[in-house]
Amino acid sequence: MSIVVDILSWLLLTVGGGFVLIGGIGVLRMPSFYTRVHASSMTDTMGAILVLTGIMLQAGFTLATLKLIAILIFLLFTGPTAANALASSALLSGLKPDSDGQTAKTDRPA
Amino acid sequence: MIGTLFSVFVLLLLLVTAVAIVQTANLFVASMLAGIFSLLLATTFFLLDAADVALTEAAVGAGISTVLFLSALALTSETERTPARWSGLALAVVATAAAVLIYATFDKPAFGDPEAPVHTHVAPWYISQTAAEVDIPNIVTAVLASFRAYDTLGEVFVVLTAGIGVLFLLSARRGIAYRDDIARRDGEGLRHYVIPRVVGRLLIPFILIFGLYVQFHGEYGPGGAFQAGAIIAAGFILLALLEGEERALQAVPLQALLYLSAGGALLYGGVGVASVLLGGNFLEYRVFLPGPAASQQLGIIAIELGVGLTVTGVLLSIFHAFAARGRGL
Repeated sequence: MSIVVDILSWLLLTVGGGFVLIGGIGVLRMPSFYTRVHASSMTDTMGAILVLTGIMLQAGFTLATLKLIAILIFLLFTGPTAANALASSALLSGLKPDSDGQTAKTDRPA
Repeated sequence: MIGTLFSVFVLLLLLVTAVAIVQTANLFVASMLAGIFSLLLATTFFLLDAADVALTEAAVGAGISTVLFLSALALTSETERTPARWSGLALAVVATAAAVLIYATFDKPAFGDPEAPVHTHVAPWYISQTAAEVDIPNIVTAVLASFRAYDTLGEVFVVLTAGIGVLFLLSARRGIAYRDDIARRDGEGLRHYVIPRVVGRLLIPFILIFGLYVQFHGEYGPGGAFQAGAIIAAGFILLALLEGEERALQAVPLQALLYLSAGGALLYGGVGVASVLLGGNFLEYRVFLPGPAASQQLGIIAIELGVGLTVTGVLLSIFHAFAARGRGL
């Protein structure tokens, strides 16, 4: 039984780590501001869900799991909100969503 | 092994972030990088098993400081002014100071050396006596609030003095009169950003409850009054960012913040004076109650409350001082 939980937990941790890695690569490689926000918000949601669920399986039925659930709920509220705030304030300050990669050169801080 | 590797990795990231902060000319980017630096530093502290310091660094360094930097940036330009010329004298002073500091590290004990002076002086006594004298699991709290309560008293007064200094610098010219300003502004905060506002308002009560938990659970787990003060201040700063200064000042007026800041330090000092009046030494808690451990715990809770009040009051006063100044200019 415990070996099944371990395998499941490591599977979740690895896949979650993969999502975080993809998010990181996305932030570096995506062509424009909005696509980069999209990549980083994936780290906040999929990465956090998978990694924290993996840790919860390691912790078992303890107080630590309850705290991890609280952290997960907090992240699921704040992560997408932060991504939304970032994107909407960029839009309001005049950065046009643009798919041809033109904005990539201009929106990088000097 | 993995732990060491991870520590080295985080330390390298710290170095990279520090160089990036120096290199960037954009002050907004520098503030964000300073927040990342603090978070990495908190991770390093946590890897060194210093959970209390890690929590402080995360709450104050990565949280409150970043907000204060951003409010200060609202008063100034976003890019760094380039120095007119390189000063040879300044370079010489910095290089000499760096050389002296590097030379000084040669005399330091090796990393993790159990024979280092810091581990052989009073630390063993604290570790062996905390259970008997104070009877709480978190030795850090026992050291901070009981064995070395004088030092913490000094820290509280440093925080209070810093707050008074900032308030003098930022509001001397305009005085209390800037409150009328605030009443006149209504379309402030993030009122038209619906999503951050709704989610933020949902979070504020939980942030405040978490702050109280950190405050009163500090004897049993990582945390304590400094961290709790920063977290509670962060909750009210979030309110100010979302709903505008006016609403935040309605919740906690400026006058109340001044009373909080001074009252916390007064409470701490008052505990010391009370122990003198009851026949003990300054901040000697054992005179309060018959049982030694119970009186220590009572003293710790009382002075931690004082620390929490002062930290919350000072951080919020500084934030409001920056925000009020930003409107006037």
